[in-house]
Amino acid sequence: MQTLIALVAGVIFGVGLALSGMLDPDRVRGFLAVTGRWDPTLAFVMGGALLPMIVAWRLRPALSQPLAGKRWHVPGTRGVTGELIIGAVLFGAGWGIAGLCPGPAIANLAVAPWAALTFLVAMVAGMALHTFAGRLGRAAGGGGGHP
Amino acid sequence: MLPDYALPGPGFLGGLLIGLAAALMLLGTGRIAGVSGLVAKSLALGGDAPWRVAFAFTIGLPLGAALVVAFIGPVPVTFPDLPATLITGGLLVGLGSRMGSGCTSGHGVCGLSRLSTRSVVATLTFMATGMVTVGLMGS
Repeated sequence: MQTLIALVAGVIFGVGLALSGMLDPDRVRGFLAVTGRWDPTLAFVMGGALLPMIVAWRLRPALSQPLAGKRWHVPGTRGVTGELIIGAVLFGAGWGIAGLCPGPAIANLAVAPWAALTFLVAMVAGMALHTFAGRLGRAAGGGGGHP
Repeated sequence: MLPDYALPGPGFLGGLLIGLAAALMLLGTGRIAGVSGLVAKSLALGGDAPWRVAFAFTIGLPLGAALVVAFIGPVPVTFPDLPATLITGGLLVGLGSRMGSGCTSGHGVCGLSRLSTRSVVATLTFMATGMVTVGLMGS
């Protein structure tokens, strides 16, 4: 049941991305181009996306468990760390360079498969770099492990 | 006073669907619809959702986009010309999203909507860096 819900959620998410114009790297970069030809579309997408989620977070305490699950898997309130900031800086730079983040990049497999795949292969390499650097760090007895 | 190339209506409608999908994921499965974490889990690179849940959500994304192309019409996209641009961006997005524990969906949509301090800080940081990057590149 959880798998089916996740599939339906993924499909609705993909429809939303395609309708909103957010599959277009040029449009995303247009939002970030505050000193150039600014495109405010992303702000409307964000506003639209936040509304149902604000409601969902308010409904959650009324449910003792998820509709199709035994318990909640919601991130705890860990503090702001250096890793969080450095990660967000790197992410923002990549997002600005290519105009793509993970969701639109994957959804673009159905629209511009070769360009999307080029980005995705590099993105997965970047993710793997983090995973294996974390393992090496832990093997060497250092911190910096990822929960 | 919006520029004529902006898409406030479709943007808001598409955004509502994105938010509904994230709400369905949260209330249905008890999990955050954070794309970077779910993709990492799909490829056995970390993340904590069951593999089948992560994989189902991930393949749903292009299926949804394909439905729009099939039933509504072409989705216009303009990608950077150089593969090197895509590769550099992809490496940074992949590494950064894992280091920062999330991307535009996890921090931007799911985290901001519950006013998580970490997500507010992460979102403001990657938006600011993205703006500086595009500014330096001369858009």
